[in-house]
Amino acid sequence: MRAFAWGAFVLGALYFVLPLWGMTEFSLSMRRGEYSFDAYRSVLAMPDFQATFAFSAFMALVTIVVGVLIVVPTAFWVRLKVPELRPVIEFITLLPLVIPAIVIVFGYIRLYNTGSWLPLTGTAMGTNLLLAMGYTVLALPYMYRAVDTGLRTIDVGTLTEAAQSLGAGWATILGRVILPNVLSAVLSGAFLTFAIVIGEFTMAALLDRPAFGPFMQRLGQDRAYEPSALAVIAFAITWGCMGLIGLVSRTQKHTRAAR
Amino acid sequence: MSEAAAPAAAAPRAASGGGGASRGLPGGRWLGVLPFFLFVTLFLILPTLYIVVGAFRTTGGGWTLQNVLDLNTRSIRNAYWVSVQVSFWSALLGCLIGFAMSAAVVLWGLPRWLKQPLLTFSGVASNFAGVPLAFAFIATVGPAGLITLWLRSDLGVILQAGLWNVPEGLQWLLPGQVRFPRFTILSTWGLILTYLFFQIPLMVLIITPAIEGLRREWREAAEVLGASAWQYWRMVALPILTPSLLGCMALLFANAFGAVATAIALTGPALNIAPILLYAQIRGDVLGNPNLGYALALGMIVITAAANALYVWLRARSERWLK
Amino acid sequence: MTFLDLSRLEKAFGANRVVKDFSLPIEKGEFVSLLGPSGCGKTTVLRMVAGFERPTGGAIRLEGRDVTALRPNQRAVGMVFQAYALFPNLTVAQNVGFGLRVAGVAASEARPRVAEMLDIIGMPEAEYGGRYPFQLSGGQQQRVALARALAPRPRVLLLDEPLSALDAKVRVRLRGQIREIQRRLGITTVFVTHDQEEALSISDRVVVMNGGVAEQVGTPFAVYNQPATDFVASFVGSLTRFEARVTDPQRGIVEAAGVPFDLGRPLPAGAVTLALRPEAVRLGRAQGREAVLPATLQAVEFLGSVIRLRAEAAGATFLLDTFNRPDEPPPAAGEAVEISFRGRDAIVLEDRA
Repeated sequence: MRAFAWGAFVLGALYFVLPLWGMTEFSLSMRRGEYSFDAYRSVLAMPDFQATFAFSAFMALVTIVVGVLIVVPTAFWVRLKVPELRPVIEFITLLPLVIPAIVIVFGYIRLYNTGSWLPLTGTAMGTNLLLAMGYTVLALPYMYRAVDTGLRTIDVGTLTEAAQSLGAGWATILGRVILPNVLSAVLSGAFLTFAIVIGEFTMAALLDRPAFGPFMQRLGQDRAYEPSALAVIAFAITWGCMGLIGLVSRTQKHTRAAR
Repeated sequence: MSEAAAPAAAAPRAASGGGGASRGLPGGRWLGVLPFFLFVTLFLILPTLYIVVGAFRTTGGGWTLQNVLDLNTRSIRNAYWVSVQVSFWSALLGCLIGFAMSAAVVLWGLPRWLKQPLLTFSGVASNFAGVPLAFAFIATVGPAGLITLWLRSDLGVILQAGLWNVPEGLQWLLPGQVRFPRFTILSTWGLILTYLFFQIPLMVLIITPAIEGLRREWREAAEVLGASAWQYWRMVALPILTPSLLGCMALLFANAFGAVATAIALTGPALNIAPILLYAQIRGDVLGNPNLGYALALGMIVITAAANALYVWLRARSERWLK
Repeated sequence: MTFLDLSRLEKAFGANRVVKDFSLPIEKGEFVSLLGPSGCGKTTVLRMVAGFERPTGGAIRLEGRDVTALRPNQRAVGMVFQAYALFPNLTVAQNVGFGLRVAGVAASEARPRVAEMLDIIGMPEAEYGGRYPFQLSGGQQQRVALARALAPRPRVLLLDEPLSALDAKVRVRLRGQIREIQRRLGITTVFVTHDQEEALSISDRVVVMNGGVAEQVGTPFAVYNQPATDFVASFVGSLTRFEARVTDPQRGIVEAAGVPFDLGRPLPAGAVTLALRPEAVRLGRAQGREAVLPATLQAVEFLGSVIRLRAEAAGATFLLDTFNRPDEPPPAAGEAVEISFRGRDAIVLEDRA
């Protein structure tokens, strides 16, 4: 039985290692006959790379901020004031996992086009806003679940009552009592959002925005070695984000107050 | 942004009412969730509803079923069918392989310390989807991929033609050339192979807790009652795990069905699967009927919603037993 | 021939010897309890008999055959676990019939056997057969687990702290039922528990274990009244300990707090630690209890039928129990009283080397 287990595991591991090795090796092979970072140099020097990466990174930050501003107060309010709405809200936050992103952005294009009541697609700024909203929707399930779990562990009700009895208003409670305690959950959600947004393709392409995802896809059609370098960079970013999430959840355990 | 300002504006107003609930404000309790509902309505529910409703409308503004019926053309049927196949196979294989890898570590005696790295890597790999993933696979098993070239130069295997020029040393065993089904990454099966990269880890992440939930006492009780390992698996463990396994497969199916980026980056808009068809339609009305796009999207929603509903139902069933 | 013979069992995990030189012959139809605190090795011994642990030394013989190397599914023993371990995907009837199905017994034979077992545990098939474990209470689940273990007619029944997860009242009721079923079927049983009341009330013999060894093996009466070691004396039942000086080693006369009394057997000279069970000590003077000590009452606990008193005497705290008498209110704490006991009831405590 153990031999079978090792066999299954090794074969599985091989399946994952090979493409990662393949893309790494390919990315280092731009110069004939020797390993070099030429492909990376080429990509990083491209003005399009810098512009689209900056754009997507900025979008990710905007998404994170909007996401936090919407999710944290809502999760807090639901736990404390309107617990009966919880099933409804949880269901809604899971909808983005059911409705494909392409359908959502299709809806944006039709609903908010230049002829409609909210002509967001008419301007670059408006379309950027739309894209940010779309990203927030994509990240919503993960962000909400992370924050909701974080709130559950810190017994929001008691903390709030304690703060209120000491005279704090809502803004103070949210900003100085709740938020610091769910910081690790928020950060986890934030890193995951970053990973999702930075490489996102469908929404950015259909809304015709200069994002990193469409840039990567275009490059894939034009060049041979640079796309692999991009893939390595993208994988490193994903790995980094996941690593940061792990780091953040580990440190949180130490700061949780003992009951 | 208006949504961001709303909670900050609502909060002081609610607080000025004093104590807990806001007095003097109609529906004061519900104010706190207003921003959320506003956001979700504007950017999730309305757009989706618009699509769903639009599928039943004509360009003139009337109601019709014609759009849905028009889906019944060969190329569209084919697109859905290919999508279903890709999703089904990547889900089934992802299910089996993911289960095997998880069980190998949790149950079948592999070293304990392998578990955390497995889970961590699965967390990373399940998010490494989209364009870069396609690049990785093209670089490895694409027409000029490293493994493809190595197979040709070192082993005489030509993947794209489905030929194996048997090297001299083995000529006595298999003379001449061996034919096998040709393989290229730029195909349906190439897509399935690529999708497995995030399907398998997703399976591992979801099924590992379920396998760990198999209590040691059940195996021991079965054993002391005379059961062999196989009988225990057949009569107890697999039936307990089946709802989780099937539910997870449904989830993987939905996951693959809605994926666009990887497919586009891998095969370009040439591959005929439903999401790519929709993509092309949104971009430039290739189908010649704008409302047909709505119907296409509706079809996709129906399929992914059904798969997700199946997942939820099966998960609820398995949880009921394991109270 | 001993029915189940555990001979010089050893179990070590690395350098840690969990079971040391454990021997126990068990007769057919006997109900034996392994009693001891957590970590004493009692569960390990049980699991070795079941086959889940391989002894690092010694042998297990069942009906004359050496089964030490056999797998659990080859031994024909039945086991009941602390956590019930009912298969959640099978009904009560399917759970009970599991062992029969695995053995390939035909359905026509298995069904009546399952119905019979369900009757024995008081959960008739018509009403409970189709239910699932999650629909049952803890006590019901454990009874089904018992029926499941007994259905394939095992040679030995093993119970691993089966009552620990249940409520107090259910525990008391179920232990009686287990004993009754065991008597009715005449099946050799080994019962592991840390609850000494449980072990004493239902066993033919009790094995008191500590640190991997059996400190005493005997009937409940013997283990309680003639504890072989300090540990057994204090683990089983409650105890009063006090110091005395031996004045006449040959005749066994000792003196405590200036009061002499006769133990009736030879003792080593010098100081000695004596122990008395609460029921051996009386409040006030009583006929036949020649040792009388002056004491001060420290605490009075009215437990209903029994009144538990704590009195300070001879430099120690004496525990004594007296029965409730409706016409006599219990004494108050702080009173000066006399307590009396029979010299021969005193237990001499000695630690095992």
